[in-house]
Amino acid sequence: MILEMRDIVKEYTLGRTASRVLDHVNLTVEEGEYLAIMGPSGSGKTTLLNLIGCLDVPTSGSYVFAGRDVTKLSQKQLADLRNREIGFVFQFFYLLANMNAIENVALPLLYQGVHKKERMERAAEALRTVGLEDRMKYRPDQLSGGQSQRVAIARAIAARPRLLLADEPTGALDSQSGAQVMDIFDMLHRSGSSIVMITHDRNVAARADKIRTICDGVLAEEAVENE
Amino acid sequence: MLQNIALSFQGLWSHKLRSFLTMLGIIIGIASIITIVSTIKGTSEQIKENLIGAGNNVVTVRLTQDGNPLELSYMPLPGGVRPADEEVRAAVDQLPDVRESSLYRVRPYAGNIFWKNNAFSGDLYGVDLHYFPVNGYQVRLGRGFTERDFSEYRKAAILDARAASRLFEGENPLGMILEIQSEPYTVVGVVEKENKNAPAIETMQDYYLYADTSAGCVFVPEHAWNVLFRYDEPQMLAVRAEKTDDMARAGRDAADLLNKKLVSGGAVQYEAVNLLERASELEALAGSANTQLIWIAGISLLVGGIGVMNIMMVSVTERTREIGLKKALGARRTRILWQFLTEAAVLTSLGGIMGVAGGIGLAKMLSHVMSIPTAVSIPACLVAVAFSTVIGLFFGLVPAVKASKLNPIDALRRE
Repeated sequence: MILEMRDIVKEYTLGRTASRVLDHVNLTVEEGEYLAIMGPSGSGKTTLLNLIGCLDVPTSGSYVFAGRDVTKLSQKQLADLRNREIGFVFQFFYLLANMNAIENVALPLLYQGVHKKERMERAAEALRTVGLEDRMKYRPDQLSGGQSQRVAIARAIAARPRLLLADEPTGALDSQSGAQVMDIFDMLHRSGSSIVMITHDRNVAARADKIRTICDGVLAEEAVENE
Repeated sequence: MLQNIALSFQGLWSHKLRSFLTMLGIIIGIASIITIVSTIKGTSEQIKENLIGAGNNVVTVRLTQDGNPLELSYMPLPGGVRPADEEVRAAVDQLPDVRESSLYRVRPYAGNIFWKNNAFSGDLYGVDLHYFPVNGYQVRLGRGFTERDFSEYRKAAILDARAASRLFEGENPLGMILEIQSEPYTVVGVVEKENKNAPAIETMQDYYLYADTSAGCVFVPEHAWNVLFRYDEPQMLAVRAEKTDDMARAGRDAADLLNKKLVSGGAVQYEAVNLLERASELEALAGSANTQLIWIAGISLLVGGIGVMNIMMVSVTERTREIGLKKALGARRTRILWQFLTEAAVLTSLGGIMGVAGGIGLAKMLSHVMSIPTAVSIPACLVAVAFSTVIGLFFGLVPAVKASKLNPIDALRRE
């Protein structure tokens, strides 16, 4: 088991009123699992993603990631956990404009303190995995949307994290590039990666092993198993 | 760290105009400080040069009473001081920092020196054989003193160039008979200082301080003193040090030696004229006005620093998403903090370096156009650059802390 959430509640306080965004969410992700979380906008799926990704801590409930109680970790420990165990793929890629592709991919390794030579080797390997070995020195403004997202995936897998966390990875792409990106996720899944993907696109969700839906902060207990 | 610096340069380069405008306050502040410091240093070096003379490392050791110079020309012989002999002088020569020393007596503005109807009132010196080499005189006409002038008690006189031109008005002085204190002396030579270090005189004050208003010097062998003035008058000592830096020590040691050998207690003592001390007094006077200017230039640095802080704040806001992303990828707070601190420090250091360059240029221009003495101080330049780095670290701290504290979720959500 990679992660286990029990009775997770997340509330935001705006002025005097507290609004509950997540309501007693239970979630487990097993090693090698490919899970899609679906829901309309405002359903709390981004908040859930932030919690899974250890970018935020829950108001109450327990969250164990890779055997560690996330609710008890310091900011520094959370940063290290994100760095080593979680690979993020965002809707809008978020590549740093002043770095080329391989430097962007090597960024998480830099934060791990990996030596430059090894960093570049591992980043190059990750770029080869997503089929961009001929674009290593390109800057983000020289890459298409699909290529940018593949660089972002390479960045997410460069540090070999235990979990890939994708937030609408095809949301900003045309259908052809989107399909390419989804193929890469399939390929990563086949080679053993654990993936949690948040989407509102049914076709994207259909590629996963399991789909769970979230609505008004409540995560449906029963999962839809894809064949 | 190196990578941070490289990235900072990249960042600054991508906003060239903005970076330059931000640096401007620092550049102006540092440039004015460097200019002011250069003029202070230039002035003080000129003071030193005027007082000490370049390469003429001669210290005068004279008698003082309660710290004030004793003017033997119109005072009785001081009690408890006996005149020095060659043995004492040779002992002074053995002191570590001393190259050579000379015993002499002097009557400033001595009257009673005539040639025909020309009266002369310059300085009259009774000197030993070492006086000319120690003081850097060279023979221009005739000859210097010789052993035999002394051993045979010759009535020989040597003039310096100025005295020669005043007394003889263009005629050849060699062989002429001078009347000194009603005694006839034959002129055997004319000497001149080899290193004529003309003091730079720009103001009335400089004139009073440095101008050599003497009408010239007439030198006679020391034994003449007994005849011309009085017996057993204690001498003054001129000490040529090995190096300018040794002058103070050489003078002090020589004075100590003379006191030990010649002085038997009492208020009268030998003391070295410490020109370096006098120079530092004058420097302090010249520096004090300019020190206040440095404070004013410091205000410019403060304003520049605030400008840097302002721009760094803007930069943090602009790059909120970048910060959020880095945090999501696992960058610790300290890493973000250092990224922005480095950027601010690189910005201001660069400004500091440009300011130093500008300041040196300005100083050179000032010395050229307004003939103000300037001298670039390397330590001051290094301190200025280091200080501008510190300004960057100081004023970059608030924006950097702000950046490091950004919540990654909010930061990523911001468009």
